[in-house]
Amino acid sequence: MLEINNVHTFYGNIHALKGVTLNVEQGEIVTLIGGNGAGKTTTLRTICGLMAPREGSLTFEGEDITKYKAHELVAKGIAMVPEGRGVFSKLTVTENLQMGAYHRNDRENIRKDIEWAFDMFPRLGERRSQLAGTMSGGEQQMLAVTRALMSKPRLLLMDEPSMGLAPVLVDVIFDAIGDINEQGVTILLVEQNAHMALQVANRGYVLQTGEIVLSDDADALKDDPTVQKAYLGLE
Amino acid sequence: MSRRFNYIDVVLWSLRIGIIVIVLWGTVAKLFLGVGNTYTVGNWIDFFVSGLSQGSLYALIALGYTMVYGVLFMINFAHGEFFMGGAMTTTVLVALPLEEAGFLNEFPILSLLAIFITAMAVSIAVAIMTERIAYRPLRRAPRLVPLITAIGASFFWQYFFRGLYGSSLIPFPEFDIFDGKFDFGVFDIQKTDVAVLVTSVVVLALLQLFVQRTKIGQAIRAVAEDKDAATLMGIDVDRTITITFAVGAAMAGVAGVLFAIVFRQLNFIMGFTPGIKAFTAAVLGGIGSIPGAALGGLFLGVIEAIGPPLFLEGLNIPGSHQLKDVIAFTMLVLVLIFRPQGILGEKLAEKKA
Repeated sequence: MLEINNVHTFYGNIHALKGVTLNVEQGEIVTLIGGNGAGKTTTLRTICGLMAPREGSLTFEGEDITKYKAHELVAKGIAMVPEGRGVFSKLTVTENLQMGAYHRNDRENIRKDIEWAFDMFPRLGERRSQLAGTMSGGEQQMLAVTRALMSKPRLLLMDEPSMGLAPVLVDVIFDAIGDINEQGVTILLVEQNAHMALQVANRGYVLQTGEIVLSDDADALKDDPTVQKAYLGLE
Repeated sequence: MSRRFNYIDVVLWSLRIGIIVIVLWGTVAKLFLGVGNTYTVGNWIDFFVSGLSQGSLYALIALGYTMVYGVLFMINFAHGEFFMGGAMTTTVLVALPLEEAGFLNEFPILSLLAIFITAMAVSIAVAIMTERIAYRPLRRAPRLVPLITAIGASFFWQYFFRGLYGSSLIPFPEFDIFDGKFDFGVFDIQKTDVAVLVTSVVVLALLQLFVQRTKIGQAIRAVAEDKDAATLMGIDVDRTITITFAVGAAMAGVAGVLFAIVFRQLNFIMGFTPGIKAFTAAVLGGIGSIPGAALGGLFLGVIEAIGPPLFLEGLNIPGSHQLKDVIAFTMLVLVLIFRPQGILGEKLAEKKA
């Protein structure tokens, strides 16, 4: 579904991605783990078009996606939950969800989907007319996830959805990731919480200073001694 | 942090107290000691209403500054030229020919419609060209660069329109329907003031509806808050920014026609002072805030109209009406000393600072 081949991306003069190659198949949950500054966020930003690769190819459903602008990729079926949630704090919860459906014109279905989002997370429904910035971090994360789903994506990119959340809420979010995947959305998940990520994912890649150093089934990675030592905190 | 006063605090507080004392002293002298001319209640209402009318003009222009600042964090110093370009063009190409043909006072509503639409169209065209050619290539440049470019664009448009229409004053034709006053007994109101006020209120209400209720208005607010997140929603950020410029320019076009109706004289430099005043109004109200710009404009207009007779005459300052600009900018300083973010502004968030 998504194939990334030998991608190099730069921040100014900093060589952030040094030939990343990975692929995501239809229906999978794939996770990308790694430490701070490994290039996880850069990888996602390159896929969704916010950063342009200097070299390498990106194809989505067989089509070269580097020729599209970032905002055009949403209509192609790629959505992203950005790092730090990125909800519009001065817009209401409902308005945030409407923004998620920006490229769609089927007003009636958008309304139904907003109701569906409120069913999925009733706490959002209770706060539908509230400004998003007044909600707690966990509620904002629920909003960020459902907002991304409003564009009806086939591939969902998630950047650190568990960051800064209480353990109870981390469970809620990861349950939601499983549910979303069961409804047919393919997921590429970037996480520092490698333990949770490998539990929910089918496969995983380990990124280190801009390079993929390991890739395997999630269960195999969990048992891998270097992964255990570096990312799972086990000896 | 030590709690001791340093010199700067002392100077600032003396300034604050000094200005307030002067204002109060002037006001008391005027109202209770009868210094200078005596005004009736009707006169004061006159001052107030003409201030409101002038202020609503400032408000219309200020909205353009504040909306562009909202999405780009840039002061668009060419905005006064959007205002001037629309007003000049519609006067020369529409209003004067209509008057010559005798159409103007025969069908005043139709004529006004044509005049407004032409002015808005020209202002929008000038704004879109400026944004596309001068500003967009500099989107990722340091913030001083677009600022200097805006000043350059301002000069460019001034001399462009001077080249088109010459440098002499152009008279705006007289509308019979705006001639005279509405008499309310104690006081009366110029019909032009009523026209300006009503038009401004309608335009402000339409803008509020547009920004709050339409999809594009929501997109403008989303872009103002977070451009990357807006892009991830599928919003074309560049296009939204262009629309923001166009909306601001449309309001500048309306303000240009209203200005022409009130002052009836135009030239290529007419955008400068209203532009600076409107910018002041936007900062007074809290730049980036739409209600702030409207409030700041009205506040500035009223202070300018009431300040000179109230506290300057009370201080026995001769020719006080010519000093209204001093009042305007003193007000700016005063408000910013007490409330650096403006009347309705929010404290600058880290990412904007």
